[in-house]
Order: sequence, then structure tokens, then C-alpha cells
Amino acid sequence: MSDSVKLMDVAIWRGDATGGAYEHFEVPAQESQTILDVVSWIQQNQDANLTYRYACRVGMCGSCAMMVNGTPRWTCRTHVKKVLDGNKLTVAPLRNLPVIKDLATDMDPFFDKWVEAEGVHHPSKTRDDAIELIDPKSSARVEANTGIECINCSICYAACDTVAGNTDYLGPAALQRSWTLYNDARDADKQGILDAVSGTGGCHNCHSQGSCAVHCPNDLNPMKAIAGLKRATAMSFLKNGR
Amino acid sequence: MKKTHRGHPLWFSYALHRASGLGLAVFLPFHFYILSMALTQPERLDYFLHFAENPLVKVAEFGLVFGLAIHMFGGLRVLAMEWLPWSDNQKTLAAAALAVSFLISVTFFLKAI
Repeated sequence: MSDSVKLMDVAIWRGDATGGAYEHFEVPAQESQTILDVVSWIQQNQDANLTYRYACRVGMCGSCAMMVNGTPRWTCRTHVKKVLDGNKLTVAPLRNLPVIKDLATDMDPFFDKWVEAEGVHHPSKTRDDAIELIDPKSSARVEANTGIECINCSICYAACDTVAGNTDYLGPAALQRSWTLYNDARDADKQGILDAVSGTGGCHNCHSQGSCAVHCPNDLNPMKAIAGLKRATAMSFLKNGR
Repeated sequence: MKKTHRGHPLWFSYALHRASGLGLAVFLPFHFYILSMALTQPERLDYFLHFAENPLVKVAEFGLVFGLAIHMFGGLRVLAMEWLPWSDNQKTLAAAALAVSFLISVTFFLKAI
């Protein structure tokens, strides 16, 4: 390593569910370096015990999200030069989720809430029926399309202060999934979706802070989806009494 | 200040709405108590109205009018967001609520002094 290599001061959160603290590493700066590159370099060169999670490295799988300098980010698509604070980087596990070890969180509560929010397909046809033709220009389909690029990275869930204050709250991603299915012509249980998202942990908890939309790496807007669910559940209540 | 996930306009708009709402909730009981003096203790009310001519009270009233206005216009924005078809310009609407509230409260202050 030449003398001209700039070293960054990288603080990595180390610990488990019982607690932990930041540990500092000196990492050589490189051109076009991502946060995931930095974490991988530490694990490969300085401490093989560092635990973190990633898979695709290209922003498709939603595995590698972490808190970077206090903000949730997809680390594989976040360039160091974009977030470096002077010479410092701070990397921590995602907020609002239990830590397994170091930078790896337990995503189960996040995924469980997708199912709780009825974020599962409710088929309207059997395998023997003809495939339903979908009009891509219909307003419901256009609305559903705005939410389908979610990669389940949990960044919105980590950014949400309502999730932080209410562990029952389903969270932005799960509610956006419900809104997508509610607008999907092929879904057969729309009332079931509305029932699931109007309970104590449902869409009406949202305070519209909008951190989900600000931090979503795919530029989706869960706040818009949740506003849609609020309208749909209110209309359902006024019309059907539930 | 350290940047966190909260550093964006709609979060500040939320915080302002919550703070102004709490402020008004604390203010209103005192407000009604003072008003009730018109029936129960007119002399004390007169004394209080005289006290309210103090310039510092006028500054506090500017804050009160600003709080009322931002809570009303911010609340109208949230109501529109939740009941009307979605509009993408939420940041602009929040900024407009802030601007109108500031205009109203400054106008009030200039007339009061």
C-alpha cells in the first residue's frame, strides 16, 4: 500500500441482541467504493468475525440495508463519496429491528407484518381458468404499478418513527403491499385486506412524516399508498360499517 | 447538527404540527379560564387585559397566532392528503402552509404594536 492512500475512519457497530458498541477501523479509500465494499474489506482484511448480510450487490435483493451515518441506506448502491462525513463513516444495523449480530438484523418481524397486512395474493381463479386480461391503462393498475418495485429491504421500516413508537404498527412496506394488492384486479379478497390494515397496528397510525418516501432507494412512496388505504378503509366503514 | 433519517421537510412539518397542537392544548384551558373572569371577577380581567398590553405579551401573542395558523393550515394539508385524491406536491403545500401562517402572524404583530 502506497503512502498516498487515504485512510478512512470507519465506526462499525459490534454486538448482539444484548447490546454492543462501535469499533473503529482504518479502511483505505478507493475510487468508486461503496459502503458494502468498505464493510466487506473490513471482514476480509481486519476482522473475519464481522457479521453482515448481502447477496446480489446490485440493488435487486434488498439484503444489505444498514444505517450509514444515521440514515438507512442500501449499502451496495451507496457510494462512499456521497455519504463520507469529513473522513468518517458510521455503519450500524438497521433501526427498528432486533439485532442478531453486528450489522445483521432479524428481519422476521418485518416479513411477518407483510402477512399480517394480508400482503399475500388471494386468487380469484383456479389453474383451469383462462388467464385474466389486465388493462395496463386502467387507473387501478396504474396505481398498483407504482408500488411493485419494492425489494423488501426494510429501509422505510427503519426510517419510520411510527414503527419506532409502536411495535404493532405494520409499517410502510407491508401497507404499500396491501395497497398494491387492493388495486390488483386479480385479488379476490379486497375487504379482507381492508380489515387487516384497519386494526390497531394499521394504516391509521401513520403520521405522514414521509421518511419512508424520502429514504426508499427505489423512489417509491409508501406514504401515498397509506393515504390510499386510509381513504379506502374510511369509505368502506361509511358504506359497509367496517 | 448530525444528519439523521428525520432531516427532511415533511418531518419538520410533522414536528411543527405536533408542537403547535400540544402548545394550543396547553393554552386553551388558560384562555377559557381568563375569559370566564368576565362573569366571575371583572376587576381581575381588567387587570389582566392591562397586563396584556405589555410588549413581551405581544411577542408571545405573535407566537400564539403563528401556532394557531400553522396548526390550521398544516391540518388542512393533512386532511386533504388523507381524504382527497393524492397530490405529489406535499412539500410545496407544507411550505405554503408555513408561508401563509407566517404572513398572518406577522400581519397580526404589526397591527398589535
